[in-house]
Amino acid sequence: MNDLILISLVALGLPLVAFVLVIFNQKALADRAHLISTPAIAFSLVLSLYVAWMKLKGLPLTTFEWSMDWIQFGTLPGYGPLKITVGVLLDNITAILMVVVTSVSFLVHIFSSEYMKLDSRYARYFAYLGLFTAAMMGVILVNNFFGLYMCWELVGFTSYLLIGHWYEQTGPQLASKKAFITNRIGDAVMWMGILLLFTEFHTFNYREIFALIYQGLPITFSIFGLSPETTLTVAGLLLFSGAIAKSAQFPLHVWLPDAMEGPTPVSALIHAATMVAAGVYFTARIFPLLTGDAMLIVSCIGGFTALLAATIAITQTDIKRVLAYSTVSQLGLMIMSIGAGAVAAGLFHLVTHAAFKACLFLGAGSVIHAIHRAQHGTADSELDAQDMRNMGGLLKKMPITGWSFIVATLAISGLPLLAGFMSKDEILAGVTAYGKLQSTMQHSVESQPFYIDHNAIAILLPFVGGIVTILTAFYMWRQVFLVFFGVPREVSLFERIRESSRVMTVPIVVLAALCLWIWYGPNPLAPESGWFLKKWVRTSAQVIPPQTAPTYAIVPQVLATDDATHEEPEVSPASSPIPSSQTTSTLDRLPQMPHQLALEAERHTVAPIVGEVAIGSALFGLLLAWLLYMLRPGVASTIGRKLGPLYRFSLRGWYIDEIYEIAVVAPFLFVARGLAWVDDRVVDGLVNATARTTVLLSRVVGWFDRYIVDGIVTLVGATVQFLGLMTRSLQTGRIQTYLAWVVASVVTLFVVIHYVVLAKP
Amino acid sequence: MSLFPVGLYHFLILAAVLFVLGLFTMLTRKNAIAVLMGIELILNAANINFVAFTRYGGVNLGGQMTAIFVIVMAACEAAVALAIVLNLYRRSQTVSVVDANKLRD
Repeated sequence: MNDLILISLVALGLPLVAFVLVIFNQKALADRAHLISTPAIAFSLVLSLYVAWMKLKGLPLTTFEWSMDWIQFGTLPGYGPLKITVGVLLDNITAILMVVVTSVSFLVHIFSSEYMKLDSRYARYFAYLGLFTAAMMGVILVNNFFGLYMCWELVGFTSYLLIGHWYEQTGPQLASKKAFITNRIGDAVMWMGILLLFTEFHTFNYREIFALIYQGLPITFSIFGLSPETTLTVAGLLLFSGAIAKSAQFPLHVWLPDAMEGPTPVSALIHAATMVAAGVYFTARIFPLLTGDAMLIVSCIGGFTALLAATIAITQTDIKRVLAYSTVSQLGLMIMSIGAGAVAAGLFHLVTHAAFKACLFLGAGSVIHAIHRAQHGTADSELDAQDMRNMGGLLKKMPITGWSFIVATLAISGLPLLAGFMSKDEILAGVTAYGKLQSTMQHSVESQPFYIDHNAIAILLPFVGGIVTILTAFYMWRQVFLVFFGVPREVSLFERIRESSRVMTVPIVVLAALCLWIWYGPNPLAPESGWFLKKWVRTSAQVIPPQTAPTYAIVPQVLATDDATHEEPEVSPASSPIPSSQTTSTLDRLPQMPHQLALEAERHTVAPIVGEVAIGSALFGLLLAWLLYMLRPGVASTIGRKLGPLYRFSLRGWYIDEIYEIAVVAPFLFVARGLAWVDDRVVDGLVNATARTTVLLSRVVGWFDRYIVDGIVTLVGATVQFLGLMTRSLQTGRIQTYLAWVVASVVTLFVVIHYVVLAKP
Repeated sequence: MSLFPVGLYHFLILAAVLFVLGLFTMLTRKNAIAVLMGIELILNAANINFVAFTRYGGVNLGGQMTAIFVIVMAACEAAVALAIVLNLYRRSQTVSVVDANKLRD
């Protein structure tokens, strides 16, 4: 076991230890729980930083893996020993995400110790934060689908617990249930995908599966009679379903906006920075086995989600719901980017998004906290503390929070000098390259009648990216203008608002600082040159069969030279079914597939133009927001009234909740009620009828038993008693009486024998 | 040729008379000793029958032999029975078979 892996496991274990210590000592710790949790996570952060430093600085090209047998199933006929292993996979993205998770978690711990101060379940809150952090570390560290699924469920479960932290109120109750059930749907489908791969390859390990797929798909890899290639597409999409639920992609995005019912630091940690990004991370992990069709579907789902959520965010009035829909939209961008083959860009955006979205959420939390304090014991306590229409001009009162919020907003809207620009620019370049190549792809099946070229839809993706950039800048700046600028709308409340304490502002400032470009690369305008993309994270090579990969007309020059030096895999497909460690280690040296190289080359061509368009759209969105909310404050509501139906369509989230209510929940409840009726009437009726019949039958049997059986027994007894009574008088005890009877009997016998038996007829 | 030639029937009648007398004694007397004497009469009635049947139709001396066995047995029986009667007297100061009814209940 490698030292770095050991340290990573310790970093995972510390929050877990904190969880165990706090959860079992809730009463004793009470409001001192953060004194255990915060140092534990701080130490975990230090260890993660050490691991990341050693890994990225010293060994950026090595991938560490450590496995251990966990469950042995014995020997499978025709294969060999079957077992489940657990282990750790430590590559660059894992190291980076460890730092992201522990740092955001650490800052949220600090922030929460002030924000949750007066909460009645303070200790339990910190315990769950610790459990979540440990589970999240598990998700990113583990090297197989089985372990991943366990941690995946654990983060979902802690998310459920923390959304429902204030379970006395109806909102959090319903929201936590909704989050849990929606995630269950995706996870169940994801588990099918995992089992589909396990059934064929008899391993859960990512890299072993990739190595086996690379060796060639076996003909037995098939469900419902589909070809192995199609089955691989299906497997990829089944796995991706887990990400759809966890990363709140359409159609399972509905839980994330409702999850804002939880405490705001939780929203920052779980529902913005880390857990929802787990789906993106997972999609990047399984990217090597996504076929061309699967990539197209993944990117279309991502693109549609990004657009959908962005159009909803522009009309929301709740400060947290805007951020929630913004998160959904940004996650959609990342998924779209990964589907489009720009995996490194998607992961880059995941990291920068964690910084600026956590900053925005903590900023919103600071504002809400300040308003709550100002409301305390005054006539304004009826006001909704999260409604942006009650805010305004807060920059004067809360300068630290306000300026940090503005920095993060600059980052999310993709303006230069900030991290968001770099990652968003890369995503847009990748998506543009993909849209361009995919939509002009050549087909071998075009001759078929009624053939619809589904690849043409890819051309929409770059435009979706552009529109989302405009909308993102618009709704984020709308929020900034409504909350921090303009005239205060609730004057009496405004007067009492004060900046939050340092415990809360310092984490926000730190996160705002992390939004600057300097952490990710030296040149703010050239993301390609940044160390994140250049040195740390590369798009992993795909292992799919060549015929399932998209075939692009453009064959880059680089491909020809690469083909010459490209070494053939040493292991022939049929010779060894069990991947040796040698086979998995060749994965690191695996060259990218031709379509990946084509995308790479195209990305370089389009990047400069896309960069300019991205800045232009962001500025356009900013300007629009400034026009509508600063220059002409009344215009926005007038436009809203003019476009009434459209406005409501956006405000209600495309009526998706209502549609689900009618299309899914209502039929489900109807069926459930029907089943309940069947259970209540038919099943219970049958049971009751059986019971009644049994009682009736028992009565008959009882009567029979009492009067017939007992009667016979009693009759026998009575007869015997009667006979006894009759013959009792014979027993005189006088010997002479007996003798007289004997004599009489003999005489009688003699007479009978002589005159009856021996009488001649 | 005698006036009353004595034949088998005479003996049988005599034995029957003796048997009935013995039985009557057993049934009517309360004294246990008297009952025993009734038994002796009955046994001897049987003995007469044995001897008579042998004398008038037997081939060998089986009847006489049996009679001797019966006499021996009667002696044994008398000894045992008198011992019982003696014990009965010692325990209950009576030899009446009517009073010796302890086994009744």
